[in-house]
Amino acid sequence: MGKLMGKTAIVTGASRGIGAEIAKYLAKEGARIAVNYSGSQAKAEEVVNDIVANGGEAFAIQASVSDADSVSAMIAETMSRYGSIDILVNNAGITRDNLLMRMKENEWDDVINTNLKGVFLCTKAVTRQMMKQRAGRIVNIASIVGVSGNAGQANYVAAKAGVIGLTKTTAKELASRNINVNAIAPGFITTEMTDELPEEVKAQMLTQIPLAKLGNPEDVAKAVVFLASEDSNYITGQTLHVDGGMVM
Amino acid sequence: MATVVERVTKVIVDRLGVDESEVKMEASFRDDLGADSLDVVELVMELEDEFDMEISDEDAEQISTVGNAVTYIESKQG
Repeated sequence: MGKLMGKTAIVTGASRGIGAEIAKYLAKEGARIAVNYSGSQAKAEEVVNDIVANGGEAFAIQASVSDADSVSAMIAETMSRYGSIDILVNNAGITRDNLLMRMKENEWDDVINTNLKGVFLCTKAVTRQMMKQRAGRIVNIASIVGVSGNAGQANYVAAKAGVIGLTKTTAKELASRNINVNAIAPGFITTEMTDELPEEVKAQMLTQIPLAKLGNPEDVAKAVVFLASEDSNYITGQTLHVDGGMVM
Repeated sequence: MATVVERVTKVIVDRLGVDESEVKMEASFRDDLGADSLDVVELVMELEDEFDMEISDEDAEQISTVGNAVTYIESKQG
């Protein structure tokens, strides 16, 4: 028996990478999944097919998390299909890396809009339903650089640090309604993005990680399952570092 | 068919756990009926469901007493 039987989860940015893995792991525990994507419909359908092939339930839904109307439509569609929203995983994120001195205003705005405003809009939209249910779990995927800072990522770091603050505030506002809100701060996780890094860069990264290896998307997904399940009933407002000990 | 006042009163009694006799038109949700700010948000949500209407955030901010709610709903029902 899965830990999330009968629950409905929305995972934003679930067409690939960490989001896709989160969707699959939540489904494995019995949750029905709204697999949100922004542009990669084919990839999102692959995730849905994978979940269904393993006996789960899921559907793909396009929505831009930085657009309130688009988010509302996603919530409405999920409600009409599954009748509840028990878990929201705010995972959608983009990068537009540049040195602060070179960063263009649109690079700043794009990242803040998707990575921070998107979390606000999705949280606000599901909160209505979760308050009625008197139960809910929100898991925000932040980043370890939101805690430590990182040269070349002023926009991304500001957004992720913002997500951590938003997590704490939302946790305080909604605790009385039995809605737990936590964040996960992944460190270096192997994805398409890190695969492309030169070997010497990877070697340099490893010197900063006490566990001396990169993480996998599954490492993050398992932490999400924990924070979405009853195993974490007494935990809210926290940021769980999934980073091999890089930042303590 | 119950009147708007009766229906609003029932929602308030159910949500805030107050006695019906306390739900006077001039009663403030926060000052007289023991609601916190989140209770008021929820109350507005339940009124939206009860009367099948949407109350914008701007309008909701103006609703702080029982009378405000009744007047607002009656005005929208035309």
